[in-house]
Formats: sequence, structure tokens, C-alpha cells
Amino acid sequence: MSNVPADLRYTRSHEWLRTLSDGTVEVGITDHAQHALGDMVFVEVPEAGRAVKAGQPCAVVESVKAASDVYAPLAGEITAGNGKLADAPETVNAQPYGEGWLMRLRPAPGALAAAELLSAADYQKLLDAEAG
Amino acid sequence: MPVSEKVIFEYSQPGRGASDQWPHDPGAAALSDVPPSLRRVRPPELPEVSELEAVRHFTRLSQLNFSIDTHFYPLGSCTMKYNPRACNQYAMLPEFLARHPLAPESHGQGLLACLYELQEMLKAVSGMAGVALSPMAGAQGEFAGVAMIRAYHRSRADAGRNEIIVPEAAHGTNPATATMCGCVVREIPVGREGDVDIEALADAVGPNTAGIMLTNPSTLGVFERRIAEVARIVHDAGGLLYYDGANLNAILGKVRPGDMGFDVIHMNLHKTFSTPHGGGGPGAGAVGVGERLLPFMPIPVVGREGERYRWLAEEDLPHSIGRLSAFMGNTGVLLRAYIYMRLLGRDGMRRVGEFATLNANYLLKRLQQAGFDAAYPQRRASHEFIVTLKRQARELNVTAMDFAKRLLDYGFHAPTTYFPLLVPECLLIEPTETESREVLDAFVTALSLIQKEAEHEPGRVTSAPHTMPVRRLDDVRAARQLDLTWKPTAQP
Amino acid sequence: MAFIPHTEADVAAMLAAIGAQRIEDLFDEIPAELRIGALAGVPEALNEMEIGRLMSERARRDGLALSFLGAGAYEHHIPAAVWAIVTRGEFYSAYTPYQAEASQGTLQLIYEFQTMIARLTAMDVANASMYDGASATAEAALMAVRANRKSTSARILMPTTVHPHYRRVAATTTCNQGLRFEQLPYCAEEGITPAASLARFEGHDVTALVVQQPNFFGRLEDVDALTDWAHAHGILVIAVVNPTSLALLKPPGQWGARGADIAVGEGQPLGVPLSGGGPYFGFMTTRMEYVRQMPGRIVGRTLDAAGRGGFTLTLQAREQHIRRARATSNICTNQGLAVTAATIYLSLMGPLGLERTAAAAHGRARELTAALTRLPGVRTAFAGPFFHEAVLQLDRPAAPVLATLGSRGILGGLALTGYYPELGSALLVCATETKTSADIDRYRAALADALQQTARAA
Repeated sequence: MSNVPADLRYTRSHEWLRTLSDGTVEVGITDHAQHALGDMVFVEVPEAGRAVKAGQPCAVVESVKAASDVYAPLAGEITAGNGKLADAPETVNAQPYGEGWLMRLRPAPGALAAAELLSAADYQKLLDAEAG
Repeated sequence: MPVSEKVIFEYSQPGRGASDQWPHDPGAAALSDVPPSLRRVRPPELPEVSELEAVRHFTRLSQLNFSIDTHFYPLGSCTMKYNPRACNQYAMLPEFLARHPLAPESHGQGLLACLYELQEMLKAVSGMAGVALSPMAGAQGEFAGVAMIRAYHRSRADAGRNEIIVPEAAHGTNPATATMCGCVVREIPVGREGDVDIEALADAVGPNTAGIMLTNPSTLGVFERRIAEVARIVHDAGGLLYYDGANLNAILGKVRPGDMGFDVIHMNLHKTFSTPHGGGGPGAGAVGVGERLLPFMPIPVVGREGERYRWLAEEDLPHSIGRLSAFMGNTGVLLRAYIYMRLLGRDGMRRVGEFATLNANYLLKRLQQAGFDAAYPQRRASHEFIVTLKRQARELNVTAMDFAKRLLDYGFHAPTTYFPLLVPECLLIEPTETESREVLDAFVTALSLIQKEAEHEPGRVTSAPHTMPVRRLDDVRAARQLDLTWKPTAQP
Repeated sequence: MAFIPHTEADVAAMLAAIGAQRIEDLFDEIPAELRIGALAGVPEALNEMEIGRLMSERARRDGLALSFLGAGAYEHHIPAAVWAIVTRGEFYSAYTPYQAEASQGTLQLIYEFQTMIARLTAMDVANASMYDGASATAEAALMAVRANRKSTSARILMPTTVHPHYRRVAATTTCNQGLRFEQLPYCAEEGITPAASLARFEGHDVTALVVQQPNFFGRLEDVDALTDWAHAHGILVIAVVNPTSLALLKPPGQWGARGADIAVGEGQPLGVPLSGGGPYFGFMTTRMEYVRQMPGRIVGRTLDAAGRGGFTLTLQAREQHIRRARATSNICTNQGLAVTAATIYLSLMGPLGLERTAAAAHGRARELTAALTRLPGVRTAFAGPFFHEAVLQLDRPAAPVLATLGSRGILGGLALTGYYPELGSALLVCATETKTSADIDRYRAALADALQQTARAA
């Protein structure tokens, strides 16, 4: 059973999204995803200032088993990549929803409303369906 | 087995060396014409050791390895059969070893005869119209195959065909190759009995279909029973069929890929035709093509005009996909495959398929009798089969990885683990035809003993291996703290 | 039955255990119409004595010639110990080291190889090898596209002084991945890539520049100037180098102010016999910052569960990973035996042996060109220093001259007419430390005769 915090939103490709008080959003990968990948050995995060489109791959998480693209859940501009992960990729495993955040971005006008995001309950349903 | 061996640089002493291997000193004047700005300032830091130190070091390293010559190596999809010594001896005759790739054909008729006849024999066993020998590995053969498919469609002004269909159980190189050729991958599911889902295939084909990549027998170790239908569906939609020859050993001399409807195939000469695995290479991935793809074969190819052999290159094959190798591929490997095929002959080829299949079915039956779960118990094994340890993982917390590592302590190289990804906790087991019944029985005994250990003393299995030069290695650390070259002050 | 140990008793017992009557029953899932009877087109088996005789006859027929061919494959002395060890069963018949605990020999050897090649090229890190120098060059171009974040054009500058087969292989391998190769002309007098041919790319988006040293003509390029120019314009430098020459020539890690970004080449000169064209191996090295973009296998050192050092394949996730945004590779092998030979060779030769080999080869090449150009009608094509091979121009067609030499057991060189028609009757000739002064004199005399004969024929 993986952890699915109720206050976050989710994508079908196992990213989570948190709205911050300054209007930016924070993005990472879910507990399910970090568990499936295994021990992280390397994380590549985007640079601030980069413009991204919804669904565009913009980060990479790599374990010994697999390297996986992480997709921007909505269009916008990257305001920060989590620089701490370069020296401590295992943070993504230990705290996928906290210190293991991957990037922050400022949504393009209307992008947040238009984004195809799942509620925690819907994401849980997705996980149940995949397991069955 | 030696327990461990220092890194060669740790033997280095300044001034040591195998001086009888060095040419005589030509003197400083020899380099007087090379400007100082282009000269190396400090010599490269290569080991300085005596000849005996080097020989002893590398001999000891070899003794740290498992190999076919020393151990049963039932790696599924790898075909670890005996590498006959004769193949090496005669491929390394001095005249063959000394031949420069660009030497004129007049000085290479003997070599060219061997390569031509190899092409002909590979055509015969595969049922294809043409064979090209230059791809240097299975993956390069795959690349050639998909590139030829694309070239074919382009030549018919059908360049929109850019989708390659791949079963979900396919080997990782298949979709990677498709992407490398600028194609899009469409995965189709596999049914409960291991065959490709025909309805899903019929849905997936269309005007964008370039082709399908299949292995038969499949990566699940079973024969694709509806292959004729698969071929019809794909051909009717205008696509071509690509055969991944990784499992050719199962059907060698019994079934020909060309007869199954495949338009292009690659053969792993380092699997089916027993050229040495060499610790990871060199291989050779010869490709065979049907009539439609003959014009696109990668160059060079050996041709014959009367009694003379010659290389066919750009002028002869103007629509070739091009060159994959600086010269003509892994010629030394090709010679080994040639010698092997001559030693087998017509009847020997057939026996490969028969006895590889006999050994696999026998081993499967014995393992089932010993209580292990086959992934497809209702199917015949081809030359390989899958045992799943998901029950042991669930009930005993002992995984396929743990069984694999413990097998090493029993003197067996582990089977392929965790491939195909479709079957959880799987062991893909391929005994090959060159193993005797006693070896197979001993393998069953070892697995049974490990099962007992898993039930009563699981720690012994989960912390295996215990008797190898090293214990289980920390590959997370290896990837996080990259140590890829030796440094004098580095501590392990 | 060749290589099959089963007796009739074995077969009977095994079929009984399976519950089948005959071996043929085991194929009953295969549609009958697909199953063939006898294999047409394959001859009857030979026993080992017979195949030995056949191969020996064919080898004798081909014979051994006195060769002055280079052009990407070089004849060097190989110490006897090299292949004695390489063909030990534990190396010869071992598999890819996926079960690391059972493969420490192979893994440690590759780690030592990576170290030696990185040091030879003065770069940070090497992989476990690629198929050959040509495919390594193609892979380097794909890698440069992945690694050069500032460039999106996938345009690669490719001098025509790079080996023509390497250029062809690069095109074949990358043609479906959107790379564009721009051919750079060479200077007719000097046979190298002039700075002028680069000028027109200034201000354009270019991803990488390939520089071969020595180049295909044997000439030495101005590697510092080319490297610095490329870096000043955000262009990555791919060096294609001859490993023997690196004992004496400036290694790619020291080209220009910052060094090349990726260095590749053909490893065959390091203890691998010519063997009709393969198997050889390509080596690939790069800077640490690009290591995750490097294709192929890589061995790393780590600790085992008891805290002892050990070796394992690492960074494997890159190999299976399919990333659609950028070009990828499907490679999943390395040239194991050839790499084993090179590692043992480099250990036996050491820095002084490799230096002597390079110097002796260069000395012989100079001796060869001096001897041949003393003949009327033979001149060097290009002014300037070369390394162990050079282009000569004849005053008459090269093919008949080469044929005459061939009939006297001498392979005089590679005719360049097909590759560089603008050079006229040009020959690429090579001499390594394996040639003696007597050999060179034999060539000179035979060439003198051949020139006389063809003059008479005309």
C-alpha cells in the first residue's frame, strides 16, 4: 500500500502536484513510483527559467533498474529545480512528497485550470486498477 | 579459485617492463618532423610490469570467472552451448589472421569462399533469399532489419509508415532499435497462454504500420502458434515481418523463419552458431532477407562470378541501407560460425533443434516434479522455459534473485532472471543441446536443495552467494559513487 | 553426433520422464506445414580432421603477402602471451558479466581497460568498448546531440579527412534520427582541415565537430586551433584517434585549452590481429560531466556485503532506457575478447613499449616514403608531418601498378581513386615496426620494376 496524501493532485504518469502560497506549483513523483523504481542513484532536474509544455519530459529519475522521464503536469516556466538531489538522490525515496520534490514552476495563464489532474481518490483507483 | 586479485596498476614499478616485446629504439631523430605542439608531453600511465607478472595477473583473473568451459550456464535467450575449440584453431590460422581487410580479392579467395558458403548455409537454414554478414552484433542486425523495412516503404513512396509493433514481452533492444530508426513503437499484449493477442494485433495495424518485430519461439519460451495468421494480418495491412533470431536454436533444422512469413531476420551467430561469448562479445548479427528486401542489404556482401568471389559494395547495391562496419564485419567470428556449421552439417543442424528442445522439456518436467511452478505449464517448452518463483517470494520472502545467487554456490551459473518482465520473479532457463542428462539432474537437485533452504533457513539464500570471490555487490553504491577508473590513492 | 552427448538410453529415459514417445512429439505445437524434413542447401557434416584440412588448404591458397596497407587497420607485433591468455576457456566462453559475483575476472579486466584507455586519451572516463572505430564515431555523434544542451540543430561538422568508411557508417547509423553531417573540404596542398573551412559556420547552431588525428591521409591536423575554435562557438569536439599514436602525439584530453569532449577510435592496433577486418573494437572516452550520456557498458568498483572491493556493471539504466526526446542507441554488447587482448597487450607493452612501437612505426613510414619518392614518377601528395602512413601520387594509373606488385607478393597500399578522385593516381601507403629495411627495399625495387613495365605497356 503506497502513501497517497489527500491534499495533493496527481497525474496518470505518477507525478504529484502541490500549489504553493505564492501561486507556483511544486512537482515530484509519488510514493508508488519511487517504490517501483527502487533506490535512486541519480536525479536530473530542470534549470530555472525553462519554459515547459504540459506533458513534456523535463526531469529524469534514475535507479539501478530503470531511468524514467518525469513529465511537466502543465504548461509554465520552471522557477526552481531541487538542487539538493544531485548529492542526495535517495531523498526522493525517503521523502517523495517532502524534501524529495523535483521542481517548482509558475503555471502559464489558465494552465492550472486546464490541466488534467486526478484527485487523491482517483489516483488511488488508478493504482488499484494497475495492481489488479 | 583465487579469492581476489589486485588491480594491475598495483603491481607497477617504474622501470619494469617486458622489454623483449619492444621494437629497437629508433632514436630521437625518428620524430624530428613532428612539431612539439603536437607531441605528447608526459608518457601515458600504463602498467610497468614484467611479462610474468602480467601473465600471472590475467591468468588469475580468468580463474575468477564462470564460463561454459567450467560451468553449466543455463541463461535463457543466450544459448550457452559448447564453443568448439576447432572453430578457434582454424579461424586463427596465420594466413587468416594476417589478412588485411583492404587486401585485394585475388589474395583472399580462400577466405571469401568460406564467407560465401556461410551466406549460403545461413540462407538455407533460415529460408531467406539473401544474407549479409557485416552487422557486428544482434543489435546491429536488428538495426539493419528495421532500417531495411523503412527503406523498402520509402522506395514505394510509402514513407508515412513509421509504426513498429512489438509484443509487450519483447527484449529491450527491439523498441530501442525501432526508436533508433525514427519509428514509433506500438505494444500489443500477449495472451494467457503466451501467444500474441491476435485481436489486438488486428486493431493495431493500419496505413502507418511499417512492420512487426517478433521472436519465435517467443521470449516466453513458447512457439507462436498462430504465426501464419500474424503474418497474414501484417502483410495485408502493408507491413513487413521482422524476426529476432535470438531463439533460433529451438527450431534450427526444424522450421525456417522464411517459411513462417518473415521478410527479414537477424541471426545471432554467437548464440545459435556457437561463436564465443568472450565475456560480452564480439558477436555477429548476420541478417537474412526475402526477395523484397534484397536491394537494401547492408554492404559489403560476398558475391560469386563463376569460380571467383568478390565483394559487392555500393556500385552493386545502389539501394543498400549503407555500411555498418568500417570493413566487412567481424570476419574472425564469421569464420568460426562457418567452421561450426561445417562440423554440424545438414543432420547436425536438425539435431540442434531436436536436442535443445528435448533437454528443455526434460528439465521443465523434472523441475515441475520437484515442485517448481512453470509460467506456461500447459505449453511445450521450446529450447527454453520460464519457472516463476512468485509463490516463494510471497510465502517465504525469497526472490528469484536470491535463488540465482545461491545457485552460484552450488556451482551453476544462474539462469536469466527478471526477463521477460511480464512474468514476475522468473527464471528463464535454456540448457542447450550440448549438456548431458547428469548435468540437468544435478541442476534440479541444486534448485531443490535451495528450495529447502528457503523454507528452513532463508537467510542462507537471501545473503548468497557465500563461496564466490565476492559477496553480493552494492550496485546502488556503484551508481551513486561512480568509481570507473583506478586511482592510486582510492580506497575501496 | 557432433557436440551432443546423448546416448539412446539417455533419450529413452528422458522421453519417458516427459511422457512423450518420440522427440518429434515435442514439436507438436508447431503447425505441420511449417516443419521441414531434410535441410536443403547445407552439405553433409565434416569431422574435425576434414574441416581442418579444408581450412588449411584455403589459408594456403590465400598465403601471406608483404603488406604496406593501413587505412584504419594496422599490422603490429602481438606478444604471444596475449592470445594464449585470451583463448583460455574462462575468458573465451564466459558470458556478459550480469551475475557479477561469478564474473569478477571479466569485470576487473574491463575496469583495468577503462583505466588504461582513459589515461591513454587523457580523458576522465571510458566505456567497455563499442563494435569498432566507425560505429564508435557514429555513437559519439549521437552522444554529442544528447550532451550539447545549448544546441538543437543536430548538425555535425565532418571533415573529409575523416576515414571515408567512418563517414559512411555514421550516415547509415544516424540517418533516421535527424542528424545532419556537413562535409568540410581539406586543403589540397596540406591534406588537412583548414581553419577557413570552419569560418562559414560562425554564428550558426552547430552541435559538434569531428577531428581525426592522424587523419585518413596520415597527416597531422592542427588539433589545438580546431578545438579552441569549436569551444569558442559552443560546439563539442569529437576526437577520432589512433591509440598507438597516442604514445607520442598529444592526447585528445589535452587538445586546445579545454580538451576534446568525446574521444573515440579503433582499438585494433592494440593486440588485435587484422583477421580480415574484424572483430576489432571501438573505444570511447569522455569527460565526467557527460558520463550519463555515454552509451555502452561501463564497469564500476563498489563494495560487497562484507565490505570488500568488487566490480559490477553500472549505470545500466541508460542502456535500456528509451527517451524519445533525444536520439538513443540500442547497443547492448561490447567486444569482450578484443578488449581482453588490448588490456593484456597494453600491460605487456607498457608506456615504453608503446612509445617504441609508435616511434619505430613512424620511422619506418618515413623510410618508406623516402625510398619510394626517390623513384621518378612518385611524389608525396601533401606537405607537412604525417604519422605512420602517407599519400603518394604516381604519374600513371595506380591500379595496374598495384596489380603487378600484388603478383609479386607485395600489397603496395590502398588506391584512393574511388574515395578521392581529385587526388588522381594516389596511394595510401603504411609501414609499421613490423617492416624491416630489407622489406622496404624489396618494395622499392618491385615498384621500380612495375613502373618500368607500365611505362613500356603505355
